[in-house]
Amino acid sequence: MSLISTPQEKTELLEKAAVKGRSLWDDALARLLRNRAAVASMIVLGLFVFLATIGQLLWVHDYDTIYRDRVWIGPTLENWHLLGTDAQGRDMVARILVGLRVSLMVGVVATIVSLVIGVTWGAMAGFIGGKVDQAMMRVVDILYSLPFIFFVIILMVVFGRNIVLIFVAIGAVEWLTMARIVRGQTLALKGMEFVEAAEAAGVSKTNIIARHIIPNVLGPVVVYVTLMIPVVILAESFLSFLGLGVQEPLTSLGRLISAGAQDMEPAPWTLIGPAVTMMITLFCLNFIGDGLRDAIDPKDR
Amino acid sequence: MFGFVIRRIGVAIPTILVIITVAFFMMRAAPGGPFDLERPMPEETRQTLLANYGMDQPLWRQYVDYMGDLVQGDLGPSLKLRDKRVSEIIAEGFPVSATIGVFSMALAIVLGSLLGSVAALRQNTAGDFSIMTFAMVGISIPPFVMGPILALVFGLYLGLVPTGGLDPRYGMTPDRLILPIITLALPQIAIIARLMRASMIEVIRSNYIRTARAKGLSATAVIFKHALRSAVLPLVSYLGPASAAVLSGSLVIERVFQLPGIGKHFVDAALQRDYTVVMGVVIIYASLIILLNLLADLLYGVLNPKVKYD
Repeated sequence: MSLISTPQEKTELLEKAAVKGRSLWDDALARLLRNRAAVASMIVLGLFVFLATIGQLLWVHDYDTIYRDRVWIGPTLENWHLLGTDAQGRDMVARILVGLRVSLMVGVVATIVSLVIGVTWGAMAGFIGGKVDQAMMRVVDILYSLPFIFFVIILMVVFGRNIVLIFVAIGAVEWLTMARIVRGQTLALKGMEFVEAAEAAGVSKTNIIARHIIPNVLGPVVVYVTLMIPVVILAESFLSFLGLGVQEPLTSLGRLISAGAQDMEPAPWTLIGPAVTMMITLFCLNFIGDGLRDAIDPKDR
Repeated sequence: MFGFVIRRIGVAIPTILVIITVAFFMMRAAPGGPFDLERPMPEETRQTLLANYGMDQPLWRQYVDYMGDLVQGDLGPSLKLRDKRVSEIIAEGFPVSATIGVFSMALAIVLGSLLGSVAALRQNTAGDFSIMTFAMVGISIPPFVMGPILALVFGLYLGLVPTGGLDPRYGMTPDRLILPIITLALPQIAIIARLMRASMIEVIRSNYIRTARAKGLSATAVIFKHALRSAVLPLVSYLGPASAAVLSGSLVIERVFQLPGIGKHFVDAALQRDYTVVMGVVIIYASLIILLNLLADLLYGVLNPKVKYD
């Protein structure tokens, strides 16, 4: 210690240490980048997100333009109907782009809803502990065993097909596992030595939560969020398939698949296009989620 | 254990009551009624109809009446399908739903645990890799995509099985049920295989398995007598959620394959405000899920002596 005399030397040394030190997150990132399936999925998904966001601006057809004389045209280069047209003569590429955008949006927003509810519920139960914890987790247990999809269906019937409601309804259904994960992590962390040390050193409760608990809970939460987005996209498509999702002319992948399934005999491309898009999206999300889990928690391979 | 069952039933009854109550009032809060959707009818006829079904009463009164009938096992008449009781509709649909549900679950458990175990025992080989890829496909392709695709390929292109639902003359025949069962089972096969692989890998690394090997037991004996018994535990605790997933999956499967099960009625009934049919299906499914969860917990206790039902 006595070797370091001037403040400049001190900062230099600190900077060096900062360069050398590898955090858990750096390690995780390195492991993730070694996972070829995950990297490929990130590239494909990035492309999909890009296309879903601005694809409609670039594409020659609008998703709701009806060409009355071009019903059920198979995939062709003529007029740029690369994936054909649907039963009303609308371009499938444009419709898939919009459907992809709606599905991805539902996936992200509803996941955020469930993230907020789940993390709050789980962290509270874990922190307070005791009887409150038991009661809160009992509620989660009971909710777990309910046929939620029925209530979501009834909700959609009651309030009409409103896209905001879809977000909230699905998010409100999917928060249970998140609450369990966060609670378990919080409980485990509360007893850790570094938390006790921080407490003994007189660090305030807010600071302990912000500096020690949240960063450590983040890993499993990030993994779960990635695996949750495909589940939410599936839930929305499930509702759309039953005719309870977004309304025409707006569409989602589930709605397109539903329409395609009805027309698959005369026009199989109306099913194949959206179905393949959805499969690739879910594939990528699942691969990224699995890769993240392996990267962040390598013992769980 | 007896006390445990009693206590679980003690929780289950209020749970079902809450489900019924919430479903009842939510359904009634929906705009429109069962007699509003068709072409307008004279107000007089409408009033007679409402009075006929007791729907001119205040809502709390209807609720009390409904619960009173329910306690006596009466689910009431359907409001849309004239001259049909809800219990008749359920009795007609249940065998179909139950058949595809039970066979799917059986297929998922057998095939899922088999594939998962094989993958675990051949970890990091080509076999493991292909099984896990298959599992990823199974998880990523939802039943409502898989169903139409299978019907397209095996029904239309290859002509191996008939499409277009059950033939009312013959009822449930294997050639018309095989695709729905496979479609419903696939995601569960995938999830169970992944679960089984993870837990099997953990178990075969544990000390008692090394001991069993060291004392010279054959590989088969080690796996079947020792490893399988612990490895199967996570699978058993997944059975509850799995049965819930199969039940809600049947809503879609029955629509995709045009099967006359009870799941198919549910969505139509909700859209047409057929209150009693919606309630009947919710009650049946909720009770089934709670019952299956209880059975799974009991099975878990039987297989894992560490669990004590204090």
